[in-house]
Amino acid sequence: MSPNFRIALRFLTAKKRSMLMSLSCIVLGVGLFIVTQATTSGFEGFFIKTILGTNGAILVQDKFQTTLRSIAAGSYASGFEIRQREGQKFVEGIDQPELLKKELRRFQNVAGISEVLRGTVTMRSSFKDQTVQVHGINLRDHELVSDLGSQIVEGSEDAFESQLAGALVGREIADRLQLALGDSFQFEIGGQIRRYKVSGIFQTGVSDIDRVWVYLKMEDARSLLKKPTGATYLQISLKDKDRAREDAAQISNSLQYSAAAWQDRESEWLGVFRALRFATAITVSVFTVIAGLAMFNTLAMIVMEKTKDIAILRSMGYTREDISRIFLWQAVIVLGIGAVIGCLLGAGITFGVSQVPLPIKTIFTTQKFIVEWSRWHYIEAVGTSVLVVMIASLVPSRRAARLEPGDIIRGTAQ
Amino acid sequence: MSGPAANGGAGPVLRCTNLHRYLGQAEGRVHVLRGVAFEARKSEIYAIVGPSGCGKSTLLYLLGLLDLPDQGEIWINDRLMSNDVDVDRTAARGEHIGFVFQFHFLMLEFSALENVMMPMRKLGRLKPAEMEERAAGLLSSVGLGDKLHRLGTHLSGGEQQRVAVARALANQPSIILADEPTGNLDVKNSAIVFDLLTRLAKENGQAVILVTHNPDIAGRCDHTRPMRDGVFV
Repeated sequence: MSPNFRIALRFLTAKKRSMLMSLSCIVLGVGLFIVTQATTSGFEGFFIKTILGTNGAILVQDKFQTTLRSIAAGSYASGFEIRQREGQKFVEGIDQPELLKKELRRFQNVAGISEVLRGTVTMRSSFKDQTVQVHGINLRDHELVSDLGSQIVEGSEDAFESQLAGALVGREIADRLQLALGDSFQFEIGGQIRRYKVSGIFQTGVSDIDRVWVYLKMEDARSLLKKPTGATYLQISLKDKDRAREDAAQISNSLQYSAAAWQDRESEWLGVFRALRFATAITVSVFTVIAGLAMFNTLAMIVMEKTKDIAILRSMGYTREDISRIFLWQAVIVLGIGAVIGCLLGAGITFGVSQVPLPIKTIFTTQKFIVEWSRWHYIEAVGTSVLVVMIASLVPSRRAARLEPGDIIRGTAQ
Repeated sequence: MSGPAANGGAGPVLRCTNLHRYLGQAEGRVHVLRGVAFEARKSEIYAIVGPSGCGKSTLLYLLGLLDLPDQGEIWINDRLMSNDVDVDRTAARGEHIGFVFQFHFLMLEFSALENVMMPMRKLGRLKPAEMEERAAGLLSSVGLGDKLHRLGTHLSGGEQQRVAVARALANQPSIILADEPTGNLDVKNSAIVFDLLTRLAKENGQAVILVTHNPDIAGRCDHTRPMRDGVFV
């Protein structure tokens, strides 16, 4: 144990109450920072997982063509020019999905591609009518780009595949139309009515999907929507979801199709989550700032009370740096204890919160509080408190180091 | 115990020439020391006496490198120290100088043993066990062998000052500077502390320079240097 550390430890014990105040604030600051980050990140992560599990990482739809270019005679330097507002024309849907899929498979990050045919129809049960969106899919392809398999809460994929005119119905639709597994219902579009059977009920957790989406096998959807070829969009899953933006841009540039990455499709909600995470971090950092102020106050008091000790240490050969370190060690000791207890508190509360039943049915559905366990929350919490407390400790420690032993002793002796 | 670490010869262990020191600022500025010259040799006890405010303590702090002179030179073991940087002067204090102050200046959160080990820990010449052994030996020699682990707060004024004497001797310095070491003690304890200080210093060949108002103490020193208005008279 270094002499400076030993002295710091002893000085600390002489100021237990004040140090406990700093310690409590550090514990609260670190602990609550971890809890708020764990919960906000938990919900954000759940939302991202849900949107990736339903809409995939990238949606490719609508071919675009460049239209109306400016024309110049000779060159633009000639001065003779017919100016046009340059733009793009979008052609709805994908007319040759197989060709496009072949091109998309060349992208290294692409893990799976599913073509989807979408159309709006009226769904009728014995009790009620409702407008829904039919999604025609090839189940095995779609499993590669979504979590549909795990989202089926009643029935099964196999039943959907094997059953004639089988449909996978969203949880909320089934509830509204009072449909159970095996029940029949009708789709009406353009005056024609067709009968289907509920071979499965799925729940994505995203209310907007669960209340309007119905999956049909691709051939059934083509027949119903009278679209024997083409697709509405291609849903793509990626090996690295975080590269979705780059890949989408590359797809747009090279294939002339609009490609939307999940971050851009859901930018509004993701922005809300980011703002919420930042706001809670700022709010709970108030505790850390109070901890810093308390530490500053305590160390400043110790410096004032220990001027004689500082003088005698300086007379014994302790350098200014030693004196500064003695005070910084005190901050480090309290910080270390506070960080450890704070992390344990944060982990404990995070675990407790994750066990709390909390039915939420908003942009997503969950039955309990969702938390994310990430070491980065702990690193950020401890890092913030280290930064604040050490900056707050620098001032009194430097003040202690600057004290002149001669001045102190002269003041006492005379 | 072995002798002091440096200056084994007959020359002065401490010497100063033409020391000037001003204290205060602007109109309150006072010329406290006015060209003081002084030297101290090993195994000799020097008393600096004089009325309050004549500059005795100021001179002592300058000699102990706790303060900077406005003019003049201070030599410690033949090395000019008065104009050295703070780090070197601090190192010299730890190695060559031991202080005893009027108000003891023990670190009250530490035991007597820990207080005496404090300068040794900083100097780092000895191993922990050797430090403890030496500190215990010094405390025994000042009659506190049975109170090694008492906190400073649990020692009487006389006992605290004896711990301060032991602490001043901890690193075997060649110079002991004492600022009214008996000024806060009763007659009996004054005699005990002075006897200890002078006996141990003589045994170890250390020069002792003490500032005192006590004529009896001054009279028992080898040399008495009276001061008035910032100069020796």
